[in-house]
Amino acid sequence: MADKTLIEGIREALDEEMARDPRVFVVGTDIGPRGGVFLATQGLFAKYGPKRILDAPLAESSIIGIGIGAAMNGLRPVCEIQFADFIHPAYNQIANEAARMYYRTGGQYPVPMVIRAPYGGGVGGGLYHSQSIEATFAHVPGIKVVVPSTPADAKGLLKSAIRDGNPVLYLEPKKGYRMIKGEIPPGDYTVPIGVARISRAGADLSIFAYGMMHHFALQAATEAAAVGIDAEVVDLRSLSPLDTEAVLASVRKTGKALIVYEDNKFVGYGAELAALIAEEAFESLDAPILRVAGPDAPAAPYSHPLQEYFMVNSKTILAGIRKLAAY
Amino acid sequence: MSLDMMTTIVRMPKLGESVVEGKIGRWLKQAGDAVREFEPLLEVETDKVTTEVTATTTGTLLQLLHPEGAIVAVDTPIALIGPSGVEQSPAPAGAIARTIEVDQARSPLAARATGQSWVSPVVGRMAAEHGIDLSNVAGTGEGGRVTKKDILAFLETRAVTAPAPTDALAAWEQPGTGELFRPSEEQPGTPVSAPPASNLTAGETIPLTAMRRAIAEHMVRSVSASPHVTTVFDVDLSRVVAHRQANKAAYARDGVNLTYTPYFVAAIAAGLKRHTAVNSSWANNAVRLHKPVNIGVAVSLGEDGLIVPVIRDADALNLLGLARAVNDLAERARRRQLKPDETQGGTFTLTNHGTSGSLFATPIINQPQCAILAAGKIEKRVLVVTHDGVDSIAIRTMCFMGLTFDHRMLDGAGADAFMSTVKAALEDWA
Repeated sequence: MADKTLIEGIREALDEEMARDPRVFVVGTDIGPRGGVFLATQGLFAKYGPKRILDAPLAESSIIGIGIGAAMNGLRPVCEIQFADFIHPAYNQIANEAARMYYRTGGQYPVPMVIRAPYGGGVGGGLYHSQSIEATFAHVPGIKVVVPSTPADAKGLLKSAIRDGNPVLYLEPKKGYRMIKGEIPPGDYTVPIGVARISRAGADLSIFAYGMMHHFALQAATEAAAVGIDAEVVDLRSLSPLDTEAVLASVRKTGKALIVYEDNKFVGYGAELAALIAEEAFESLDAPILRVAGPDAPAAPYSHPLQEYFMVNSKTILAGIRKLAAY
Repeated sequence: MSLDMMTTIVRMPKLGESVVEGKIGRWLKQAGDAVREFEPLLEVETDKVTTEVTATTTGTLLQLLHPEGAIVAVDTPIALIGPSGVEQSPAPAGAIARTIEVDQARSPLAARATGQSWVSPVVGRMAAEHGIDLSNVAGTGEGGRVTKKDILAFLETRAVTAPAPTDALAAWEQPGTGELFRPSEEQPGTPVSAPPASNLTAGETIPLTAMRRAIAEHMVRSVSASPHVTTVFDVDLSRVVAHRQANKAAYARDGVNLTYTPYFVAAIAAGLKRHTAVNSSWANNAVRLHKPVNIGVAVSLGEDGLIVPVIRDADALNLLGLARAVNDLAERARRRQLKPDETQGGTFTLTNHGTSGSLFATPIINQPQCAILAAGKIEKRVLVVTHDGVDSIAIRTMCFMGLTFDHRMLDGAGADAFMSTVKAALEDWA
C-alpha cells in the first residue's frame, strides 16, 4: 500500500464522514473553492457545495458560535481555525459555551462539534503561526483534546471526533502535514479517543510525546538504540481524557520518564504528566522526571537560525534520553 | 551561605518548661519570601501541641535549615533571615526570560548531587522488599548511584548463587529471644526494647510521630516505675443524670455543653481535698503532697494519640466553671491549639474510657502522679436497693469507676476511702 501524508488522512476523514452523514459540514476561513490554506478541504467544495463547505468571515468567535448553534440543533459541525494561534478570540465561545453547555442545560443540549486547528512551529511562521495551545484547552473540563501524529491516526481520530457527542479540539501538527507519511488502512475505521499507543517498546526509559514531538521522539529513540539505550515511546494521542493507565504502566516498567512537548515549559501540558507520575508512580521512579520542552519565551522567532535553536527536535530529545539513561 | 552580621538566626524555641525538642511541622514561608517581624514562619509540633513560630525580624527569608518532619533540639538554628531587598528583581518584560543553557543548568539532573548515598524511590522500595543491603550492590549510575537495573542484576545473581529461599533467615542469623540469649549484665526491671520487626514480612513500617513517641516512652516508664493497683467502685449516677437533664438547657443558653465530665471532676476535687494523700507525687524517695488541685482530663485525638490538658485549681470552680473549662480545653486539644503549659502541672488524672463503650479499665498512671481515675460506660442496670429495710429491684444509671494508684505512696484502704468520697459526692449530688 502506498504511503500517504498526514493531511491526506484528515481530508479522507472529512470526505468520508460528509458522505456518510448529511449532518456533517465544515466551516472556516478560505476553506471553500480555495480548499483551505493547507488544502485540508481541497476538492470538497466541488463535491458538497457551498451549503456544507462554508467560507466564514475572518472572525473565529463567530466560526465557533456557528458551530455551537448548529451542534445544539442537531448538526455535526467541523470548525476550522486557520492557525491555532487565532483561536484565542474564540476562547469564551469554547470554554464558557461549548464545553459547559451540556452541564449547564442539565444534559438537554449536547454540543457534538469538532474544532480543527493546525498548531506548532518549525515552519517559519513566527509569532502568529507557530503556537502550541493544548495546555490552555486541556485544562478546560467538558472538551476533549486530541493530537494525531500519524496519517492513520489522523484519519481514525478525526472520524471519532466527528462521531463523538462532545466538543473535541482536534489539533493538527502542521509541520508534519506533508513531512509525516505512513499507511492508511483501507475502509471505514476509527481510532478511539482516550487511548494512548506504545509506538516503540523499550526497557530503559519512557518517552511521552504527541503530535510533531512524537515523530521526533521516535527518531531520537532510534538513534539512542544505536548507542545501546532501549527507550520506550508512548504516543499520547489523546490529551484529554488522558490514558493515565498507559502512562503509569510504562513508568512502572522502566522507572524513568522523559516528557517531550513543543510548547514552552512552564505550566505546559507536560507539567500535568509529571505531576501524575510523581503522585501515582513515585515508588517506581529511578530518576527525576525530566521534561524537554520549548523555552519560556514570548514567541517562536521568525529568523530561521533562531527558530532552529528554539524548537525541540530529535537532537535535543536525544540529549535528554542520554542524560536520563546515564542517571 | 556565609553568616554575615546582617543575617538573623531563627532558633527552635522552647515551647514549654519540659520541652527539649520540636518537630518541624510545615514551613509557611519559603526561601526568598519577604517576611515581617511576628509573621508566622512555620509550625512546630512538640509531643504536646502544634504552635506557630514567628519571624524574629523583618527581612528576606534566606534559608530553611531543616526539612518538614525533622526533629530538632531546642535552640538549634532553623532558619536564616537577611535584610530586606535581596529578593530577585523581575525579568525585563518581553525579553527571552530563560535561555536553553539556563534551562540545562537548573535541570533536576544537573543539580542533583549524585553518589551512592542517593537512593531513588524505586531502588529504596526494592531494597526494602527484598531485604537488600545497598552497600553490597555495585552502582553503575551517575556518580556510582545504584540504579533499578543494578538491583535487578543483583537479584538475578543472588537467585543463582543462593539456593535457599530468601524469605526466611537461617536460624543462626536470627536474634535469640530466650533467657540464654539475654546479656548477663542486664538488670531485671530495665525496659527491654522489642526486637526489630523483620522487614521481610509483608506490611509497612510507620515512623513514630512526636506524640506517639512521647506516649510510648511515658507508658513504659510509668509501668516500670510504679507498682500499679486498681480498685473498682460501682457508682449510682441517677441523681447526676437527673441534675444534668434539668440543667442542660440552661447551660446551653450560656454556650456551655454540659457533659458528665465536670461532675466527675467536681467529685474528684472533693475527694482530693479530703484525702490529701491521693493528691500527691513520687519525688526522689519522698512523697510530695500538692496544695493545688490540678486535674488532668485525657482527650483522645483519634489515631494520633491522646493528650491530657489540665484544669488548674479545679476545687475553686463550680460546676459551670468546670464545664466551661472542660469544653474549652477539649475543643482546643482536638484543634491542636493548647498552649504547652496547659498540659503540665497536673496532680491527678481522669480518663473517660466509658465513652468508647468500655465497662471498666485499668489505666496507666500519668507520672509522677499518685493515681488516675477511670470512668466506665454509663448505663442503666438492674440494682437491688434497700429502702426502709425493704429490698426491691430498681433500674438505676450506673457507672464502674476504677482508681489505679501507685502502691508506693498509697495503700488500698486510703484509695478506697478516697473512692468512697467520690462515690458519695456523685450519688448524693444536689
